[in-house]
Formats: sequence, C-alpha cells, structure tokens
Amino acid sequence: MPRTPMMIEKGLTLVDAINEALYQELERDPRVVLLGEDVGLNGGVFRVTEGLQKVFGADRVVDTPLAESGIMGTAIGLAMAGMRPIPEIQFEGFLGPAYDQLCNHAARYRTRTRGAVTIPLTVRVPWGGGIHAPELHSDSPEAIYAHTPGLKVVCPSTPSDAKGLLLSAIRDPDPVVFFEPKRVYRSYREQVPEGDYTIPIGQAKVVQEGSDITVITWGANVFQCLEALDKLPDDVSVELIDLRTIYPIDTDTIIQSVQKTGRCVVVQEAPKTLGMASELATIIQEHCFLYLKAPVQRVAGFDTVMPYYKLELDYLPDAKRIVETIGLTMAY
Amino acid sequence: MTQAHAPTPAPSPAKPDSPRAASRRRMAEQLPDATLIKWLRDMFLIREFENRTAQAYQQARIGGFCHLYTGQEAVAVGTINALQPDDPIVHAYRDHGHALARGMDPRACMAEMFGRASGCAKGKGGSMHMFDKPHWFFGGHGIVGAQTPLGTGLAFAAKYECEVLGKSLPNPGVLDGQPPKKKVALAFLGDGALNQGALHEAMNLAGLYSIPVIYIVENNGYSMGTAIHRGTTMAHDLMAKARAYGIEGRVIDGFDVMELYDHFKPLVDACREEQRPAFVDLKTYRYLGHSMSDPQKYRTKDEVDQFKAKDSIDCMAAYLMGERVDAAGKPSLSQDQFQEMQEEVRALVRDSVEFAENSPVPDPAELYSDVFVNPQPNLSPTAEYVKGARNPLL
Repeated sequence: MPRTPMMIEKGLTLVDAINEALYQELERDPRVVLLGEDVGLNGGVFRVTEGLQKVFGADRVVDTPLAESGIMGTAIGLAMAGMRPIPEIQFEGFLGPAYDQLCNHAARYRTRTRGAVTIPLTVRVPWGGGIHAPELHSDSPEAIYAHTPGLKVVCPSTPSDAKGLLLSAIRDPDPVVFFEPKRVYRSYREQVPEGDYTIPIGQAKVVQEGSDITVITWGANVFQCLEALDKLPDDVSVELIDLRTIYPIDTDTIIQSVQKTGRCVVVQEAPKTLGMASELATIIQEHCFLYLKAPVQRVAGFDTVMPYYKLELDYLPDAKRIVETIGLTMAY
Repeated sequence: MTQAHAPTPAPSPAKPDSPRAASRRRMAEQLPDATLIKWLRDMFLIREFENRTAQAYQQARIGGFCHLYTGQEAVAVGTINALQPDDPIVHAYRDHGHALARGMDPRACMAEMFGRASGCAKGKGGSMHMFDKPHWFFGGHGIVGAQTPLGTGLAFAAKYECEVLGKSLPNPGVLDGQPPKKKVALAFLGDGALNQGALHEAMNLAGLYSIPVIYIVENNGYSMGTAIHRGTTMAHDLMAKARAYGIEGRVIDGFDVMELYDHFKPLVDACREEQRPAFVDLKTYRYLGHSMSDPQKYRTKDEVDQFKAKDSIDCMAAYLMGERVDAAGKPSLSQDQFQEMQEEVRALVRDSVEFAENSPVPDPAELYSDVFVNPQPNLSPTAEYVKGARNPLL
C-alpha cells in the first residue's frame, strides 16, 4: 500500500516492505494472484496483505477456505497455466497439510515433465520463533524444503532485502518458498528503496567484513549475531554473512570468506541435527580444509520440539551463546 | 470470479432438526436440580475463566496465541455431560472450555497458559495444547482439522478392544487396563475444519468401518475471519457432507444447554449402542475475536449483540431461578444461591491465576525431556546448553 508519512519518516518494517512488493507486483503483472486464509478482507494473519484486496479486488486477492493442501494445490495449478500465484500459508507449521502438494508436485513438475511444465510459484510463509508462539507457530523447517530438489528457499532478514528478494521470487520461473521471520516483522525499520528493484536469489550478503572469523546466519538470527558482535572484544574481527537465500546456497561467498578467515561459526534457529548449519559445515570442509584453523561450530536450537514461550529464549540462539562459541573457536 | 453459492445472510439463531415444542427439554428437565445447577456453574466457570485469561493476556502474563471460548460454553458442557467419563475427546485449539468441562483442574489449565511447570503439559504446550489423559481428554490441536482422524483412531481402538480383543481375551484392557466396553469418541472441530482434507479422509474411514466417533462441528459461523458461506459449500446444509460418507447428521442449537443435551444425548447413546459414527452441525457463536489479535472486520456489533441476547448462561440461570419450580412453587436456584455460586467460581478462577503466577517456570532441562521415552543424551547433541551456559549435567 502507498507509504504513510510515518513510513516515509521512520522507514519500513518487514511487513510494510513485503506489502509494498506485493502491491507493486500486483500493479505491474496481471498474472499475479494472492490467495490464502483471510488474506483479503482481514489482510492476513500478520496483516501483511492489508488493504490489497480493496485495491486489486477479490479476484486477485482471494480469500480461500481453510485448507492448506487445497490452497497449495490450486496455486500450483494456476502456476502450471502460466499465472504467478502467491499463496500465503499462515505459519510454517501449517505447511504440513500442504507438504504433499508442495514437495511431491510443485518441486518435481519441471523434472517430471522433462521441462515442459514449470511452476512459477511463490509460497509466502511466516517463519521462526521469538514471538512467544507455541510449536507449529515458531518452527524453522527451512532445511526440509532446501533438501527437496526443485524448490528454492529464501529467508530475508531486513525489509530492503525482503522487498528485492520477493520481487525476484515472484518473477522466478521456478517454485520459491519465501520464509518471513516473524520476529523481525515489526521489530525493525529501515529506509527501503521506493521503486522496482530485485535482489538475485542465491546471493548471500556480507553484512560486515572481517578477517578473523566468519559467522554465517539468516533470518532473525542476523540480529542476535549483530548483538553478539557488539559484545565481542575489539580485537576479534568478524565477517558476518547473511545467507538470505537458503537454497541455492551461495557457496562462493562462503568459501571466499572462510578461506580468508580460517574459522567459522554457523548460527541457526532450527534443531541442530541435519540443519542447514550441518550442510554449510560440510561445504566448508570440502572447500576450505587446508585453510581451517578450528573446526566449524554450530550455534543452533536443540533437537526438541520448539517449546512454549517461557522456555523460548532458552531454546533460541542468543548473543551470549554466539559470543561464547566465537570465543571457543578463536581459542581453539 | 463470483462464488457459486449466493451469500446467505449473517448467521442467525438456528432451527434444530426436530423441535419438540411440547416435550421440549424432556430429558434434561428430568435430571436432578444438582446436575442442572452444576451445568450452570460449569458454564459460568468457563466464562469467568476466559475473562481472566483475556485479562492476563492483555497484561502480557500469558504469551503466545489465545483463542477464547466465550459464548460457546453450552456446547462443551452440554455435549461432554452426555458422555461417560472414559469416552475419549479430541479438540482443536479453542480448548480451555472443553478441558474445564471435562474436569481439568482450573489451576493446571491456567498454569499451562502461563507457561508454568505446574501446567497440564508442564507449561510446554500452552493455550492450544491442553491435555488431560486421566480424563480421556486427548488434547487441543493447533492444525485445523488435523485432530479429526485422531478422534477416529481413538474410537477405532475402543471398538477394536470390544469386538476383536474382547472376544479372544478375558480382559485385554489395551487402553486403560479396564474391561472392554462400548465407547464413543467425540472429535470436536470448527466450521473452518470442514474444508480440510483430513476431516473428509477421517469421515470416509469412519463411515466405511462404522467407527463410533461423533464429529461435532462447533459452527460459530466463522473460520477465523471467513464467514462459513464464504469458505465452504452447502453451508446451509452441512448434513450433505456427512451423507456423502454414509454418516447420520444432525443440526443442534448450541445456545440452550438443555435443548442441546436433549438432542445430543440420544445420539451419543445410539452411536454407542450401534457402534457407528455421527456428524453434528452445532450452531453456536463466539462473542470475541478468533484470537486475541483479531480486528473483526468481518462482522458487525449488531450481529454479536443479536447472539448475546440469547446467552446460554443467562437463559439457564433464568430457567433455574424462575421457570423451574418445585411443588411448593420454590425455584430450583435462589438469587442468593446463584450469587454464592458466582462468588465461589470467581474465587476459584482467581486462585487459578494466583497459582499460575506463583508457579515456577519449567526448568530449562525440560527442553529435552519427553522427546523420547528413553532419553539418550549421549547420542543427541541437544543437551549442550542450559540458560546460555554449557549444561553442567553432562
């Protein structure tokens, strides 16, 4: 929706930036259709699609029945016909009922039809913890979808990145799962370019350059890492990488950085075992073995179900754990 | 694109399938005073409990998401009281009322929402995940419709115990060590869940194998912000959905708890006796938003007021204090007794809040308890940190 004076003065939240990207793309491309539970009249569970139905009509911002499998399957059908559907699944846990359609259809159609059918689908999904929600509303399942050949997985951390990456995702000819960190939705503002711009999928961002150790993360954890960096002694020079795209992985940026620093810590919200951090550590040892001065360390959630809010902060990686792990890696 | 079904007007008071004007309240009326007064008390308890929950939530003493049951109390009380205490129940996420109606200690219920170790799920589940196994209450569930196959499975198990194991073994007691008996499971769902595949898969199975589960659609007219006719076909005749699976369906009004019981109890008894499924379109209404953060753009205040005018608690109180009199013309419940009951309930709920507030938060070690039956800390890398420091237990 058009920017308010407050947004012009103080910048956009993640919610504002995604709303703006959707608005601009609905305006630009008549093939774009939004669909999901309460995305129209009510403006979406997190009010990300607020106002869009009023402007673009109920044919393009479609309130659907409460049925994730049906939403996802219908969106895939729309995409097969050449539309640019953007379904919203209200919480990452609700991808469960839609998993079959997403992973067994959308992800595989291009291969299954030997290139005849493509699925230009962008699935928007609020993702991750930190908002006091229980399990199924706070999970971080990015590795599951990154592990599914045929899906691209994006997880921006800032409003500017979110807008540029979402526009890329919508214009991408293949299915993209677009994870939106709920913890950042309204907790951070920044000035976002007003016009049309894209940020390529598959490109990580070096948030801060450094020479002693590489810290890789994505989503809301970028902010915990920045907090940790503030608490580190001045003589530790950290290179912080925001992955932004979970898959395809920007291996070049990672390899270059770790070959330079020789040390790496990966921070993720997801349970530790077989998360993205495991994959990144493997890539690093494959490409940087002789450069490494210490084993790659992971700061992660635990192999348990995301706990209810009183234990939430014990589960989620925080600055303290990140600082400690960086310290252990530096002292190895 | 326009919807094929012309929008029906906003929800209005329902007409039950077979109104029995003359013999209305026949069954419920014959119940003793004490039972009916208990129902009123339980409905009031739920109302009061939700009021306090809302308050605590607004004060940020309860976290996460919170879906209040205010307005629908008669449904939980009327249906659950038609059951045996060991008939299994599953429910969706608007579950505090059902847990209380089933007998969960309000302290355990409130403490769960406060995320405290004394909660019914050790403070690890929260508002949507009330569980009380001793009361055969198999939980609130956070994924819409996903609980309905579970209800089907619980009913399947009871029937299996009766019909298969019961014949071959003297006292198999696969579920609770008790002799097998005919049971009925209740699978509560909201009207939004009507559109989920899981429900249809479950109903088909139940129809096919004649499984004694009753699918109770607590039809409050809205799936989150979507009016029922905007979200499901045949909204004016949900029975069509049940008929497709060979399941008997009934429409029941969910405001008058006694009328609800009159219609529901015979259905439970029949399903128990004949070991078969049923489907109930239970017309009700929630006074508050879908969750605590619902702008409620989808309905008018007038509509809400229309339903509040036939509030189940008001009606029941009026009946017990006016219409229902003994031979001497004395009402079953006096004004003073009602007052006393309200005071008792308010104190109970206040106590539950205090209890919750004063209970400890779960130990961080609880993070990795109950993931598996036999914890295997050495094989799992989960247990490294407690409160941001390395776990001293390892």
